[in-house]
Amino acid sequence: MDQTEATNRNDTLMDIVKVTLRFGGVKALSDVSFNIQRGEIRAIIGPNGAGKSSMLNVINGFYTPQEGEIWFEGKLRPRLKPHQIAYQRIARTFQNIALFEGMTVLDNMMTGRMIYMKSGLLSQLAWWGKAEREETENRLIVEKIIDFLEIQAIRKTPVGMLPYGLQKRVELGRALAAEPMLLLLDEPMAGMNNEEKEDMCRFILDVNEELGTTIALIEHDMGVVMDLADRVVVIDHGEKIADGQPDEVRNDQNVIDAYLGVSH
Amino acid sequence: MQTLLFALEVSLNGFMTGILYALVALGFVLIFKASGVFNYAQGVMVLFAALTLVGLQQGIVPFEHLINNLLGTSIHGFGWNMPTFLALLLTLLTMLLLAWLVEKLILKHLVNQNPVILFMATIGLAYFLEGFGDLMWGADLKKLDIGVPMGISDTVEQATYDWFGYGFFIDRLDITASIVAALLVIGLTIFSQFSKTGRALRAVADDHQAALSVGISLRRIWVIVWSIAGLVALIAGIFWGSKSGVQFSLSLVALKALPVLMLGGLTSIPGAIVGGLLIGVGEKLFDFMVGPMIGGATENWFAYVVALVFLLFRPQGLFGEKIIERV
Repeated sequence: MDQTEATNRNDTLMDIVKVTLRFGGVKALSDVSFNIQRGEIRAIIGPNGAGKSSMLNVINGFYTPQEGEIWFEGKLRPRLKPHQIAYQRIARTFQNIALFEGMTVLDNMMTGRMIYMKSGLLSQLAWWGKAEREETENRLIVEKIIDFLEIQAIRKTPVGMLPYGLQKRVELGRALAAEPMLLLLDEPMAGMNNEEKEDMCRFILDVNEELGTTIALIEHDMGVVMDLADRVVVIDHGEKIADGQPDEVRNDQNVIDAYLGVSH
Repeated sequence: MQTLLFALEVSLNGFMTGILYALVALGFVLIFKASGVFNYAQGVMVLFAALTLVGLQQGIVPFEHLINNLLGTSIHGFGWNMPTFLALLLTLLTMLLLAWLVEKLILKHLVNQNPVILFMATIGLAYFLEGFGDLMWGADLKKLDIGVPMGISDTVEQATYDWFGYGFFIDRLDITASIVAALLVIGLTIFSQFSKTGRALRAVADDHQAALSVGISLRRIWVIVWSIAGLVALIAGIFWGSKSGVQFSLSLVALKALPVLMLGGLTSIPGAIVGGLLIGVGEKLFDFMVGPMIGGATENWFAYVVALVFLLFRPQGLFGEKIIERV
């Protein structure tokens, strides 16, 4: 069954249609189509080098595909610069934590509010009127997220000094600070111990349920994905090989072959 | 006692020269932190800012030599002096325009290139700006006087004479420069710590990808950083220019900024300041104590020898980020 047709258009947040991405002669993605529905947790999985991260970078605007369309909130997305995508309220985390190491947890999360802060350079220089009000308002929202993620105790700590698991959580916090329509997580559980993984899982579910945020995540760990995701799309060698509920995907012969490395 | 007081006076003078070194070094650090570009043109930007200020203030017609030679005319100045305030404002605008042009014409086209390529581009910019400045305002030595207090401060001499029985000779220009530099550094620090744009600047300095992902435009930040570097260059140009006249050699003060950077670290703003002060005080004291034993004139090389020692034992400088080679 074709997912795109099956779902009501109004429930679709993002529709990725026949996206092909090439680097020189190498095809990183070919003809990949799937959609992301409002309020779901959508997982993109696949073996190493399958093109998962490329897919995320296309959604995030870091890469521009040579072919294909991306529909967001019912509108065809024009070609945008990477920083402009953030203004569409698409936020992300990175596989290798990309925090601003010299800055405190609070400052890192305040950068997430950048897209809502409109005061001009001069008003900031004078720390006057709009600029001051804006800082206070946005600070309040950031404090709420700090409470949500239970990181009150470290808000003034430079992130470079935090352990790995907490850094990942702060990075999630920075993305949440943007109050995203679509939250992209690039291997949120990578490199974590079991306890940290459980914490992160809980936070992802909480974000989805309590804040109602739509999430698309890449994950390597099949077990984690099956527990977490509402729907899973599987990519191998840059092509979509399966798409559906976790149970359907788990028993799909193509998927089993791809993960076990059966040659085509 | 007398010698000790004299040494103190020498250190104090060195301290103030050091602040001027720090001011030039600061321009390098700002740009390097934000964009990873070692801006070879920083010294020439100091010269260009000072030249533009003098030229505007003295009512020199831009490109007058060129116009005279091409058209056979003999224009020589507008015949008026521009009010200092207006000249300062116009010079500042020129530096902002320069920052914008640098981004538009150079950086934009070299995004994601190897740092050495960007470095080469700034060498090109340095030579262009040097020639352009000469062509625009003439290559002769110009005296810069915008009313900055100059000469030995009587107040300081009198006060120190009353306290210690020994009068300190301190130039009022150095005192003013120190105060202005201190205010500038405090202002920049507050701006970068507490404003949205300051936060964006620090974010870009830390991680380009992450900065893009939260909606920061790298190109806008580069224009801002080069503008700040232009402002710093203007201030350095005013004080160095008032001190030693405006001509080509002014761009060579940037050479003194290099050992300062080696000492303080290329990525640290406090490093640039501490480095500048250490070099300033160090070279004066060294010349005072060791100079007479080895024939004097040590100020010319002291800073470079210190830099060399640092390169051997602590290549990242006092405050720089540790250099980690990933294999």
